[in-house]
Amino acid sequence: MKPTDTKDPEYFHRVVDCQYACPAHTPVPEYIRLIARGRYSDAYMLNWESNVFPGVLGRTCDRPCEPACRRGRVEEQPVAICRLKRVAADFKDDIKDRLPDITPANGKKIALIGAGPASLTVARDLAPLGYRIDIYDQQKLGGGFMRSQIPSFRLPEEVLNEEVNYILDMGIATHFDTYISSLKSILDKNYDAVFVGSGAPRGRDLAKLPGRQEADANIHIGIEWLANVAFEHTAKIGKNVLVLGGGNTAMDCCRTARRLGGSDVKVVVRSPASEMKASPWEIEDAQHEDIPFYDCHVPLEFVTENGKLVGMHFDKVAAEYDDDGRRQLKSTGEPPVFFPCDDVLLAIGQENAFPWVERDIGIDFGKWDMPVVDEVTFQSSNPKVFFGGDAAFGPANIITAVAHGHQAAVSIDLFCNGQSVTQRPTPGTNLVSQKMGVHEWVYDNQIENSERQIVPLADKACALRDRKLEVELGFNLQTALEEAERCLNCDVQTVFTESACIECDACADICPTSCINFTANGDENDLRSRLNAPATNLEQDLMVSDLLKTERVMVKDENVCLHCGLCAERCPTGAWDMQKFDYSVTQAGQNEIGS
Amino acid sequence: MTYHRPSFRHPDLPTNELGHTRQYYEGALSTLCAGCGHDSVSAAIVQACFELAIEPHHVAKLSGIGCSSKTPAYFLNQAHGFNSVHGRMPSVATGANAANRQMAYIGISGDGDSASIGFGQFSHVVRRNLNMLYLVENNGCYGLTKGQDSATADVGSAGKRGIATAFEPIDLCAQALQLGATFVARSFSGDKQQLVPLLKAAITHKGFAFIDVISPCVTFNNTTTSTKSYDHMREHVRQADVVDFVPAEKEITVDYAPGTTKELTLHDGSVIHLTKAQSDLDTSDPHAALNAIHDHKVRGEVLTGLLYLDTELHDFHRVINTMPTPLRDLQEKDLCPGGDVLQGINSGLR
Repeated sequence: MKPTDTKDPEYFHRVVDCQYACPAHTPVPEYIRLIARGRYSDAYMLNWESNVFPGVLGRTCDRPCEPACRRGRVEEQPVAICRLKRVAADFKDDIKDRLPDITPANGKKIALIGAGPASLTVARDLAPLGYRIDIYDQQKLGGGFMRSQIPSFRLPEEVLNEEVNYILDMGIATHFDTYISSLKSILDKNYDAVFVGSGAPRGRDLAKLPGRQEADANIHIGIEWLANVAFEHTAKIGKNVLVLGGGNTAMDCCRTARRLGGSDVKVVVRSPASEMKASPWEIEDAQHEDIPFYDCHVPLEFVTENGKLVGMHFDKVAAEYDDDGRRQLKSTGEPPVFFPCDDVLLAIGQENAFPWVERDIGIDFGKWDMPVVDEVTFQSSNPKVFFGGDAAFGPANIITAVAHGHQAAVSIDLFCNGQSVTQRPTPGTNLVSQKMGVHEWVYDNQIENSERQIVPLADKACALRDRKLEVELGFNLQTALEEAERCLNCDVQTVFTESACIECDACADICPTSCINFTANGDENDLRSRLNAPATNLEQDLMVSDLLKTERVMVKDENVCLHCGLCAERCPTGAWDMQKFDYSVTQAGQNEIGS
Repeated sequence: MTYHRPSFRHPDLPTNELGHTRQYYEGALSTLCAGCGHDSVSAAIVQACFELAIEPHHVAKLSGIGCSSKTPAYFLNQAHGFNSVHGRMPSVATGANAANRQMAYIGISGDGDSASIGFGQFSHVVRRNLNMLYLVENNGCYGLTKGQDSATADVGSAGKRGIATAFEPIDLCAQALQLGATFVARSFSGDKQQLVPLLKAAITHKGFAFIDVISPCVTFNNTTTSTKSYDHMREHVRQADVVDFVPAEKEITVDYAPGTTKELTLHDGSVIHLTKAQSDLDTSDPHAALNAIHDHKVRGEVLTGLLYLDTELHDFHRVINTMPTPLRDLQEKDLCPGGDVLQGINSGLR
């Protein structure tokens, strides 16, 4: 293999698994260290700059970081990254004086369609630079689907309001209760740029299923029903409720139904339980509230009596897979299963809908009637119009919408300054040695053995009585500290200097997880086959040195490196050093700040 | 501040025939200087014992005094250990081995412990062909007392003090050969590919196995003027035949090119494969070994690898005809066989 180019910022970035997996690339280990040191406000601000909604995300994030966490490969459970983020939000001081100063108006006007996480992120990034921001939303408050779809028992309104208001208070002109029925009418207002962050607002229906029309009064589209609950248009549901669907919206529907009078709520899914889309922890939370799951049940018909819904018939199926791994659901041939019910909630997916975007204003539409949007710049074929969040590439999650918002803001800022949106400033990176003295490092390099802490829950009976009572209580400071100590500090990198190495093997001998090898060079497959410990995780890089004096190379498998620093500790010549790697995603206005 | 070794290990570590991973054979965290060759030797012993699938409690670790003699703490935590008086490890090893011949004995010594204060003890344990591995971690200096020259330092070699050694060195391999050792090898702490198979063969060998491991002292004797530095060793090592150890239970399927490989069978049926490398050494001839050591030394080179092996000579217990049972297992009837037996002995003496 060729020597690894560790000067490429992406190399060390990939080693920080959590940060790399996060769409917004939040510097996770850094904020966890701040939490461990009791610097909650600092930890909060670091998050706020990166992901805009730490309090919201600390409760509701899809947590792509946690499956990626190196700790989960070393032992069973990853660090509870998401709930540590909430700790920063829960225990911070008043941070209003730390919010960015607003520079005088630069004369540019931007319209944001939709007031969800993507649009709010664009506002957060552009308002301090002097842009005038007009934000339009059909709801009476900002937050988008964070408000309309995420129930209060998961995300208290105060938390959402606080973080939405940090942005709206930057002098954003809000146009709430305003449904935009024509993008052309917005373009006609001569904005310098328009950002569309209108989400994926249409919930799928089972329009063709027999009985759908007759039973209409008791069939609800999940996301619409959740919005009606959130805005208090709906306060009750029948006793027997069927929730169709296996995603996170289905989990929110069934748990909300339990709080609105549903004493017998069932979740019925087409696919096998193992393939349900909902996050494992959300499934767990629903099961904790005594909600049974019936998988492999395909809806056959809505059954009505005297024009009123009384239940549904389902066909029992089994999943079969062809050679390409494609799934087919085959009927088992058993007689249809009947579940009685008073109401049905459909949470079987949601889609984009752009009836309000005219097709003759320079915006190309492609597959599935989706606008053609550049994946890096978020620009549409009309250079003035940018898309982000679910509106750009279909339904995803909050953190993805935030990441889109940041990048779209960079593009809009470049565009409004007459620069190319493809010539983007590079991310900021830095490496700083952590050595303080003999056996002393700036970071806490001792590896704790403790297992993942469990988040305490509110009393179930109380929670089920009160739709607004938050179920998760969050970590207290003691458990937060213990959880924070589990972080392996993967951003503190093992940096190797060939010229200083005397090949004494001390690092290879001491490495607890047998990552370090000195061996003859070869191609990657060959090297992986003859390292000290199995190197079978192909998603994790090998760090390969230049040729050493003995014509061998140093090969380090990054996979289960504990970042404990023992290699550097036992190196007599300082060929190994532990250096903290900072990686900050490009944000709008970075050029101006840097210059 | 101090530091600890995390208890996490690679999750997919292989296991040996006993079901143990390498971790089972580890010891305490070393307190030697960072980069000490001795730590590599400890790691090689861990690897060899793991690969041989020995139960650690069937091993006794014995040592004298010195940096080298501290190292038994750093491998095989669960083995028996005796850290004895300076230079007296051979006596303790002899006693332990006499009392229980069923254990594996690993004696760790250094150049001071064996070539100076314990030179006499060393000579006698070789003579006795005691069934043990006697390993010298040889760095040419007294590291524990600030790096004075030891008796194995080469003439003209200078460590950190910068003063060249005035006296001729003692070559411990040559001494062992002359005193009748039945397994003699030399190796380098920086070459585990050679050292691990040598260790496995030496531990399996039934008789006195001596390995002199050049193990640089990174603090006092890793200078450009030292002949026992990492760099000097790497430039001047010449390998005797490459050793591959095949345990008795394993079917021998390795296909060696004919004419370049020799097989040596140990007492238990294990096999050592010697693949031709840079020398034409005949490992069954002690004179050839002595000559080869001498010839390389004259050229300023260090010959490493298996130098001599004799699988015919009987070990200590066979020579003095002891009983096979460890003393701890002898019952009262074995020790007090009764008046009839005593009478028999007495009448034999009349």
